[in-house]
Amino acid sequence: MKILVPVKRVVDYNVKVRVKADQSGVELTNIKMSMNPFDEISIEEAIKLREAGVATEIIAVSIGVTQCQETLRTALAMGADRAILVETVADVQPLAVAKLLKAICEKESPQLVILGKQAIDDDSNQTGQMLAALLDWPQATFASKVTVTSGMAEVMREIDGGMETIEIKLPAIITTDLRLNTPRYATLPNIMKAKKKPLDVMTPETLGVDVTPRLKTLKVVEPPKRKGGVIVTDVAALIDKLKNEAKVI
Amino acid sequence: MAILVLAEHDNQQLKPGVTNAVAAAQKIGGEIHLLVAGSACSGAASAAAQVAGVAKILVADAPHYAGGSPENLAPLLVGIAKNYSHLLASASAYGKNVMPRVAALLDVAQISEIISVESPDTFVRPIYAGNAFATVQSTDAIKVITVRATGFDAVAATGGAAAIENIAVAADSGQSKILKQELTKSDRPELVAAKRIVSGGRGMGDGDKYRQVLEPLADKLGAALGASRAAVDAGFVPNDYQVGQTGKIVAPELYIAVGISGAIQHLAGMKDSKVIVAINKDPEAPIFQVADYGLVGDLFTLVPELTAAL
Ligand SMILES: Cc1cc2nc3c(=O)[nH]c(=O)nc-3n(C[C@H](O)[C@H](O)[C@H](O)COP(=O)(O)OP(=O)(O)OC[C@H]3O[C@@H](n4cnc5c(N)ncnc54)[C@H](O)[C@@H]3O)c2cc1C
Ligand SMILES: Nc1ncnc2c1ncn2[C@@H]1O[C@H](COP(=O)(O)O)[C@@H](O)[C@H]1O
Repeated sequence: MKILVPVKRVVDYNVKVRVKADQSGVELTNIKMSMNPFDEISIEEAIKLREAGVATEIIAVSIGVTQCQETLRTALAMGADRAILVETVADVQPLAVAKLLKAICEKESPQLVILGKQAIDDDSNQTGQMLAALLDWPQATFASKVTVTSGMAEVMREIDGGMETIEIKLPAIITTDLRLNTPRYATLPNIMKAKKKPLDVMTPETLGVDVTPRLKTLKVVEPPKRKGGVIVTDVAALIDKLKNEAKVI
Repeated sequence: MAILVLAEHDNQQLKPGVTNAVAAAQKIGGEIHLLVAGSACSGAASAAAQVAGVAKILVADAPHYAGGSPENLAPLLVGIAKNYSHLLASASAYGKNVMPRVAALLDVAQISEIISVESPDTFVRPIYAGNAFATVQSTDAIKVITVRATGFDAVAATGGAAAIENIAVAADSGQSKILKQELTKSDRPELVAAKRIVSGGRGMGDGDKYRQVLEPLADKLGAALGASRAAVDAGFVPNDYQVGQTGKIVAPELYIAVGISGAIQHLAGMKDSKVIVAINKDPEAPIFQVADYGLVGDLFTLVPELTAAL
């Protein structure tokens, strides 16, 4: 079976972003960009399923600017078989991403789409659930263990109170959580090989999807700053502060 | 038009975030209804009827609503959506699982984790791990929203007297089945609702030391226990202890971070706490930049000392 893995190009998780002076967004020039960390986990899981003989082909998909090709090459170097870029300079919001992915699913007929639970830039946590709705497929979000058997997947999920195991019928959507696996690094030989793997480029227009944003960003501002506190000398001083200054104990 | 809040519950009681979502609905303005979908959930429905400021409780009681299956809940919500201007849920694992599915079926955007209501179509939400706040305006007819509990002071859980109405249940989609749930058992307050939290990081060393050092302190304070991602990944504590950008968002009156460096992803989950205490042996640890009171030194001597002195 085929597995589709959507990978998003995002600001690297180590970067502390700055808000632009004109409040139109965050500063992205000369900022390190990487694959969304949850999407690395998705790629790793897909590779594991191929190694286990469950999957036959892994297709990485990214939606965004030309530079998303770098993100796709990383996915290919990790082990994806081929890649699709849906190229656009538009601000593509989760609903539009889900519609584009649906169009690709209709062409490729994967049995599984593995997405990250959340993109660490917009922190939306929506796309997988939306794609599941549009395809009328079941969804297993926040996955921390995946077992695929004939026509079914058993998925352990991280929920607020602990863990839950569900069984879903394939085709299905899975979104990955942090504890699912530890993504491998791309080795140099694999990075070289990845350059020769197929990468198709499409556009929202050729896929027939209207990506007009539904949410208008009116402004982006810095959050209120916390005032730096004090270093206390010892436990007695801490207790004194908590009792008499902060009055929280 | 009215506002519908999807109420998370365990069939008997409501989960903490519900009263915060109702508070957000009040800010939007309009008659507020709560949807209680579950299996043998009349207890939860009566609890919902007591929430202050709510006019009506809609109850959908069927076995396939147990456990909050999004494949079943989304069509149920979509079926009644035309009566509402806004559909809200708290941004818990439950709300995040269901609401985007509802939004996509309605062909509208979902607005994630709002922390403030500017007007009925304009909301503020944190992005980039809380390092920026975006003000977004929805152009859709129905607004589907998840509410970050820390952004809204909860309405009273009692004092209301809403009418309870049973609504038609939809058929079971049969697409998904819960095989088992392993819920962390604890007598402590729920992390997201706790007034005090003691959180441990990689510096705790291992799970046994985490428990030996932090439990007595949490006991003295009546606090919930939390953790950094590193502590969860290393297996010191269960996953549901994780505080941060991709874990739980908390804002207690007192947050004590022990052996936690203060990565942006951790700060994203706790920097709105009223008072932050950090205990760390590294004076350069970024956690001290957000801490009101910092204590530099070895946690294995400082924490027991603090516990004894309380
Ligand atoms: C996609 C993604 C999502 C993430 N989401 C989250 C999240 O939701 N929540 C989260 O917490 N992290 C998250 N992280 C991880 C985050 O980047 C950090 O790696 C993590 O928070 C570090 O945990 P820590 O502070 O416990 O460990 P470390 O950074 O290793 O810090 C340990 C600290 O303990 C101190 N220490 C050690 N021994 C002692 C001692 N004896 N006495 C006193 N102090 C001591 C050290 O000085 C150090 O400061 C995420 C990362 C990614 C990539
Ligand atoms: N532009 C994009 N290109 C490829 N995948 C995406 C894109 N946006 C979102 N995704 C996928 O959807 C997941 C969740 O993103 P979000 O709903 O934006 O938090 C990500 O981890 C990706 O797997």
